[in-house]
Amino acid sequence: MASARTSGLPRWVLVPAAAGALFIVLPLVALASRVQWGSFWSLVTSDSSREALLLSLRTSGTATVLCVVLGVPMALVLARTSFRGQALIRSLVLLPLVLPPVVGGIALLYTFGRQGLLGETIDVLGLQIAFSTTAVVIAQTFVSLPFLVVSLEGTLRTAGQRYEVVASTLGARPTTVLRRVTLPLVLPGLAAGAVLSFARALGEFGATITFAGSLEGVTRTLPLEIYLQRETDPDAAVALSLVLVVVAVLVIGLVRGRSNAL
Amino acid sequence: MSLHLTATVADRDVDVSFDVADGCTVALLGPNGSGKSTVLSVVAGILRPDAGRATLDGATLFDLAGGTWTPPHQRGTGLLAQDALLFPHLDVLDNVAFGPRSTGASRARARDTAMTWLRQVDAADLADRRPSALSGGQAQRVAIARALAAEPRLMLLDEPMAALDVTVVPAMRQTLRRVLDGRTAVIVTHDVLDALLLADHVVVMDGGRIVEQGATRDILARPRSTFAAGIAGLNLVRGRAEGSGVRTPGGLLVAGMPDDETVHEGVTAVGVFSPAAVSVHLERPGGSPRNVYAATVRELEPRGSQVRVRTDELAADVTVPVVAELGLAPGVEVFLAVKASEVAIYSA
Repeated sequence: MASARTSGLPRWVLVPAAAGALFIVLPLVALASRVQWGSFWSLVTSDSSREALLLSLRTSGTATVLCVVLGVPMALVLARTSFRGQALIRSLVLLPLVLPPVVGGIALLYTFGRQGLLGETIDVLGLQIAFSTTAVVIAQTFVSLPFLVVSLEGTLRTAGQRYEVVASTLGARPTTVLRRVTLPLVLPGLAAGAVLSFARALGEFGATITFAGSLEGVTRTLPLEIYLQRETDPDAAVALSLVLVVVAVLVIGLVRGRSNAL
Repeated sequence: MSLHLTATVADRDVDVSFDVADGCTVALLGPNGSGKSTVLSVVAGILRPDAGRATLDGATLFDLAGGTWTPPHQRGTGLLAQDALLFPHLDVLDNVAFGPRSTGASRARARDTAMTWLRQVDAADLADRRPSALSGGQAQRVAIARALAAEPRLMLLDEPMAALDVTVVPAMRQTLRRVLDGRTAVIVTHDVLDALLLADHVVVMDGGRIVEQGATRDILARPRSTFAAGIAGLNLVRGRAEGSGVRTPGGLLVAGMPDDETVHEGVTAVGVFSPAAVSVHLERPGGSPRNVYAATVRELEPRGSQVRVRTDELAADVTVPVVAELGLAPGVEVFLAVKASEVAIYSA
């Protein structure tokens, strides 16, 4: 880290930089200082907490798989083809990144809800999506899909097509090229994108509470549980918050360790 | 496995048509930007031309009038570029086994084939290495083995030695000479040695068009294009036949020996002579019948015991003492003289 070379930066830049770093670290320290370490374990492992944590991990995991299944083809199409309206499509795909999650939740409600765009179709199939665990997964996939697409599209563009061209002249069909050359080469970017998507899904709150509600054991994920506990049992909320902070730190470590995509 | 190609690529202003006979290697020569690599891309199926057709051994690679377009993986055209482009996530053996694997061979069988080809290019000892652990020359050897292991019907080589260290080029050229022997191949190159040692025929391109083609020896001995004369190390002046000489568009008459029955008064003709036949003077020389041109020295280039003196159009080879005696340096005004008996005149 310490390099003998001078950076050329004016010294005063260090002051606002340090203030910014403090601004991020201080709240985490404050949170940790409020944890009741004596009762931490029992708070974190209470029935409602455990149920919320397991639900969160399950739904976020499923959402991540969905992101990979849908996002990898999207990234491939965006990075490797050109068609009219591609720039528009790319902007629309990014929309969930900047949209307030509660707006996303309402949009999903009017798509998959009973009165929604696809409501009748879903009714015919005998399914009920809104306010179910499925709704949680849908909400999480909606908000985290752009993370995977953006991350992977960038990696695909950086990797370029030269290896793919060579593979095709060696007699490999397009599917073989994709499986044996393209995907292995962008694996670090794909892993980073998947981890980011998982993290975003795990923290999802607004779209979930709007579209899926807060039914214990069905749609009440960890962030919802923390929000509710804050009223009745602040100590439990703090303890569970710390759990999410630890998960977040692990996620960043994982992404940093696996690639330099960030 | 002969190749017949006619193709037009409008946005790169390339329009070519040539054949490669079965088992022959054709060298595609020409200045940078003359469209050589574009031609290879079209044959390999990486670039779609605007018009034209190509057949390889009777099979249609593309026929745009008929709407036929064979994708690259079904063409049987192996491509070797300047960079080896070995797949970084596979070791050397699996890189070479990639072609056979892709066309359906079992893993064991593909690795057997790969090992055979690695031996052919003297790279069997590299089989377990990762591409990142290879030198440029080693990587290019492996790339040759990888291309050949896919059993291409036509090999396309795009300046395969341009990115290599000069010390490994001679050995690589020997390897290519060995593996290309009897194969149908097209090699893009800048090097006269590649043309001489690897190619039976030469196609010279300039500005997206073919300016001359023929047997390598003929082209290098009797070039008709400035580029071919340049790589053959010869001086070339172009103009119209007049008497026993060539009149250049600039009005200069170059007297020579028309050694060709096709040279008739007024036809387009070239005068070709070696730089060794050119003498350099500070004063306009008189005496025996010869051609004299005023010129300005642009560059001096050591060549063994000689020095090549380059002017805007012509080059002369002189000895080091002559350079010192005449005080030759870039910018010096000189007279170049060449005897008519040293200038071969033939139609272009």
